[in-house]
Amino acid sequence: MKPAPFDYRRPGTIAEAVAALAGEPNAKVLAGGQSLVPLLSMRLAAPAMLVDINGLPGLDTIEAKSDGQSDDGVRVGALARHAAVLASPDVRRVQPLVSLALANVAHATIRNRGTTVGSIVHADAAAEMPVVLSLLDGSLDVEGPGGRRTIPASELYLGPLESSVRHDEIAVSAYFPALAPGAGVAFEEIARRHGDYALVGAAALVDGESVKVGYLSVSDVPTVVDLTGVADADLGEAALAQLDPAEDIHASAAYRAQLVRVLTGRVVRSAREGVR
Amino acid sequence: MTEELHDVRLTVNGNTHEIRVPARRLLSDALRHDLRLTGTHVGCEHGVCGACTILVDGSPMRSCLMFAVSAEGSEITTVEGLTNPDGSLGHVQQAFLECHGLQCGFCTPGFLTTITAGLRENPTPTHEEAREMIAGNLCRCTGYQNIVKAVERAAALRQAQEPELT
Repeated sequence: MKPAPFDYRRPGTIAEAVAALAGEPNAKVLAGGQSLVPLLSMRLAAPAMLVDINGLPGLDTIEAKSDGQSDDGVRVGALARHAAVLASPDVRRVQPLVSLALANVAHATIRNRGTTVGSIVHADAAAEMPVVLSLLDGSLDVEGPGGRRTIPASELYLGPLESSVRHDEIAVSAYFPALAPGAGVAFEEIARRHGDYALVGAAALVDGESVKVGYLSVSDVPTVVDLTGVADADLGEAALAQLDPAEDIHASAAYRAQLVRVLTGRVVRSAREGVR
Repeated sequence: MTEELHDVRLTVNGNTHEIRVPARRLLSDALRHDLRLTGTHVGCEHGVCGACTILVDGSPMRSCLMFAVSAEGSEITTVEGLTNPDGSLGHVQQAFLECHGLQCGFCTPGFLTTITAGLRENPTPTHEEAREMIAGNLCRCTGYQNIVKAVERAAALRQAQEPELT
């Protein structure tokens, strides 16, 4: 299959890109395209226009800051490729969960083109980075006709492949808060094939008494569960009490529930062991 | 409706080509149909199989997941660009020949480009790293054993040819 025809714009500034989006309600932003192009080729999506942001300057930034301020963390620009973020030792030092999860995003070849911000905006509940952003209470900066605004991760995901980014807004950067001293993180997923979408994935954040676990491929949006105060032996059941694993062609609901039981215990244990 | 056409300048294997294509022309199709460089193969056409992998500014990427219009300004290398300047086989190609790293050959162009870039990044892969290097490419004939051997052989050939690189 080939994509249906679309108008193509390759703006040189964010303002031009926003104007192009504002002029066509059925436009989509093209960044890495590693999720979008298959959807177009299979004609599951047929936007009237693609606004290619690959020519916009200054969006391939990766900043990692840890000088004891409240804005410590990792900020990733819209054109930073997964591979570049994964290769950054500063990112790994400031918020290791970003690197741990990125290593599970598809294959290296896809990571060379795909962008971390694109993955976050695509809002696929089977993807790793939306869960990481949600678990860490990060945020997304977007720019639209009215200027810039910051969307907290807790307000970002509305439904399957649906985010609160408006059609005339461009995601400019994503912000992942730094790992606090004394906190630990872990990530693990189970997929049928190496690099494939996970049947279930889990990310843990342990900080003192607080224990939180985020799940991918369990519900139709990235889901974070608070497991503070739960005894180790009961972690899986406590998580399941707050989740409703879905059945699809890849796995039954019962099998997903079993993976939640197994992975929850594993990632919490691993996050505790990794406390620094 | 008449579809709008775009003038695109592609740099492939060091040569510049000017083509006029609709925006929806996949880079894989532009290479094969517009430039007649049919070494790049198209398998699944949705990014899973890896047969269409090319190098964009030196990094392996799926040409079926890019549009030709988006590739303007990039240096592209296809399997046709992996031979030595004198026309003899490059080190990865030679290793595939020696190790019997292919049977039908359909997936081979994607493996060759991926491994070429992989060895630039990691000139002396361990057995595990050799397997990881090709994890994003599917082969339905070989069972992969000989391809992994070819990765290791290519690393050795590369070092012998260009010891200063490692």
